[in-house]
Amino acid sequence: MHLHKYEKIWMASGVGTLLIFLIVLGIGAFYQGTQPPSCMVTLDPTNVQAHEAFKEDNLGLQKLGEKEYTLNVLASAFNYDFGKDEEGNPIRTIRIPAGSKVMFQATTKDVIHGFQIAGTNVNMMLEPGYISTLETTLDNPGTYTLICNEYCGTGHHLMTATVEVYEE
Amino acid sequence: MIAEKTGLSKPDSKLAMAFMWVTFISLLIGGLMGLLQTLVRTGNFTLPFGIGYYQILTVHGVILGLVLTTFFIIGFQFALMAKTVGMTSKQRKYGWASFWVMLIGTTASAIMILLGKASVLYTFYAPLKAHPIFYFGLTLVIVGSWIACFVNFRQLYKWKKEHPGEHSPLLAFMVVINMLMWFICTLGVAATVLIQFIPWSLGLDGEINILVSRTLFWYFGHPLVYFWLLPAYMAWYAILPKIIGGKIFSDSLARLAFILFLIFSIPVGFHHQLLEPGIDPMWKYIQVVLTFAVVIPSLLTAFSMFATFEITGRQKGYTGLFGWLRHLPWKDVRFFAPFMGMVAFIPAGAGGIINASNQMNQVVHNTIWVTGHFHLTLATTVILTFFGISYWLVPVLTGRKIDKKINTLGMTQTIVWLVGMFFMSGSMHLAGLLGAPRRSAFSEYQGSAQAAEWIGYQYGQAIGGSILFIGILIMLYNFFYMTFKAPKGVEEFPIAASPTGTEPTPLVLENWRLWIGITVVLIGFAYTIPFVDIIQNSPPGSPPFEWPIGNN
Repeated sequence: MHLHKYEKIWMASGVGTLLIFLIVLGIGAFYQGTQPPSCMVTLDPTNVQAHEAFKEDNLGLQKLGEKEYTLNVLASAFNYDFGKDEEGNPIRTIRIPAGSKVMFQATTKDVIHGFQIAGTNVNMMLEPGYISTLETTLDNPGTYTLICNEYCGTGHHLMTATVEVYEE
Repeated sequence: MIAEKTGLSKPDSKLAMAFMWVTFISLLIGGLMGLLQTLVRTGNFTLPFGIGYYQILTVHGVILGLVLTTFFIIGFQFALMAKTVGMTSKQRKYGWASFWVMLIGTTASAIMILLGKASVLYTFYAPLKAHPIFYFGLTLVIVGSWIACFVNFRQLYKWKKEHPGEHSPLLAFMVVINMLMWFICTLGVAATVLIQFIPWSLGLDGEINILVSRTLFWYFGHPLVYFWLLPAYMAWYAILPKIIGGKIFSDSLARLAFILFLIFSIPVGFHHQLLEPGIDPMWKYIQVVLTFAVVIPSLLTAFSMFATFEITGRQKGYTGLFGWLRHLPWKDVRFFAPFMGMVAFIPAGAGGIINASNQMNQVVHNTIWVTGHFHLTLATTVILTFFGISYWLVPVLTGRKIDKKINTLGMTQTIVWLVGMFFMSGSMHLAGLLGAPRRSAFSEYQGSAQAAEWIGYQYGQAIGGSILFIGILIMLYNFFYMTFKAPKGVEEFPIAASPTGTEPTPLVLENWRLWIGITVVLIGFAYTIPFVDIIQNSPPGSPPFEWPIGNN
C-alpha cells in the first residue's frame, strides 16, 4: 500500500505526539501516584453500618493528626450523611482548615451517586457494595459545594452539602 | 455506469424511506425535549402537567441517542448496500422485519417512559429499576438491528460469490465493518439486559451485580459512538469526493482506517469508568492507551479528506498554498453541512482526548462539560453529516430532485445549527469547567455561590437550545418538502470512484477472519483479567430501587 511522503510525516508526528502524551499519563499515574480513584474494598450494600467507617458514630470529619483528616460519608437518595453535631442535628457543613490532607471515604446504601466538590479535583463515583476513596490536600480557602453528579432519582439535583475550607 | 446516475429501485427506496420517517419524527420529539430541558435549567420555567425533568431527559437520550441514530444509520446503510451490491426481495423482507422489530421495541420503551415508569435515563444504571417492558423494548431495538446486520453481511457475501476475485465495493465494505462492530459490541448490552436486568426487574432474581452490569454496558457504550461516527465517515470518504467533483484519495487507506476503528473501538470501555471503585487502575490505564489508538485512523481520515480537497482543487486549476480551498462548493449544502461537521470535529476530538486521559477525567467527569462534548461530536459532526446526506438521499428515495429553494434552506439550517450549538455547547463546556453537573434539573444547591455562577451559562444553553430548535423545525420542513413537494426527477446518488492508475488494494484488507480474530483477541486481552477480577471480588448484589424515580 502506497503512503505519500507527506502522509508519512503527518502520521509519524501524530503518533509520536500520542506516544509522548501516553507516557506522560503513565508517569503521572504510576510514578507520581495520581491514579484515578480505584478503591477495591467491598461491603454489603444492604448493611453498610457493618463497616467500621460507616457506623453512625464514625461518620463525618475524623481528625487523624495535625492537618490530617478522614471524612466518612454515607450517601443515600438524596442526602449525604456526615453524622450528627453535639445538639443532635444532622451536619450539613464540613469545616476543614486550609492545607489539610483529607481522605474522602464514602459509600452508598441505595443507588449510584456522584461525589464531587465543585471547583476541586475531588470527583468520584459511589456504587453500592464498594467504598470509594480519594485523598487530596485542600489548599485554597473558600466555600465549596458538594454535589451529586450522577443521576440518582427525582431529587438528584437537591442532593448537596457544603465544604468550608478556612484559614487558621 | 448508468447505475451511477439513477436512484434506487422503488421497493428499496420504500424500505430506506421508512427508516428516514422514524429518524425525522424522532428528531422533532427528542429535540423538543432538549429545548424544554434547557428552559427548565434557567430556573424560570416549570414543566406543565406534572411531567418530570428526568422523564423528558430520558426521552431525549433514548430518542436521539439510540432511536434516531440507529434508524438513520440502518436506513442509510440499506440504501448504500442496495446501491452497491444489490438487495434481493428476500433480503428486503428481512429488512422490513428489522424495521418493525425496532419500531415495536421503541414504542414499548417509549410508552413506559411516558407513563413515568422508566425515568432511568438512556444509560439505565442499576440499581434504579424501570418497568420490565422498558428493558424488553430496548432488547427488541437491538434484536431488530441484528437482523439488519445479518442482512448486510448476507448481501456482501452474495455479491462476493457472484464476483469472485473482485474487491468488494468500498461503501459495502464500510457498512459491513460498521455492522460487525455493532454486532460485537451489542453482545455486551444484550448480555446485561437479558441475563441481569430482565430477570431482576421481573423479581425472578433478587439482586443485581452493579459493576458487572456497568462494565457490560460500557463495553457497548463506547463503540456505540463509533457506530454513529462511521456512517459519517462513509460519507466523507466515499461520497463527498464525488460531490466536489473529485475522486477517492485512496481506497486502501479508507479500508485500513475502517479496520482500525473496528479493532480499537471496543476494548476501551473503562475510560467511561475511570472514577469507579472496584476496577484495577492498571487495567484502566491499559484501556486508556487502547482508547487513544483510534487517533491513528482519525489522523488518516483527516489527511485523506484534505488531500482529496486539495488534489481536486489543483486538478481544476486552482493554485497557491490555500488557493484550492476556493474551488470547494461552499454553496452546495450536500458539501457544506458535512464539511462544517468535520470542522466541529476538531474541538470535539480535542475535548474527547481530555475526557479519556486517565487523570484529567477527574476534572470533568459527569460535569456538563461532557454533555457539551457529545453535543459537538454526535449532535454536530454526526448530525450535520446525516443532514448533509439526507439532502440527496431523501430526493433519491422519493424520486424527486433537490432544488434551489431547498439548497438555500439547507444552507440556512446548517448555519442556524452552528450558531445554536456554539452557544449551547460552548456554555456547557464552560459551566462544566466550573463544576456544574450534567443530568440535573435546575437547582440553587442551597444558595451556593458556586451554583449562582453557573446560572449565566444555563441561560446561554437555553438561548442555544432555542436556536437549535428553530434549526430542527427548518430541517423538518426540508424533509417534508423533499418528500412531497420537490420537483420530480432523478437525483444523483453520489458515489466517488477510486483514482485511476493507483496500486491495487491489498487483498489482506478483506481477510475478515484475520480482522475479526484480532478484534476478539484484543477484547479478550483488555477485558478477561479485569472482568474475572470484578466477578471474583464482587460484593453482595443490589436489590431493585423504584421509589427514587418516582414509582412505588
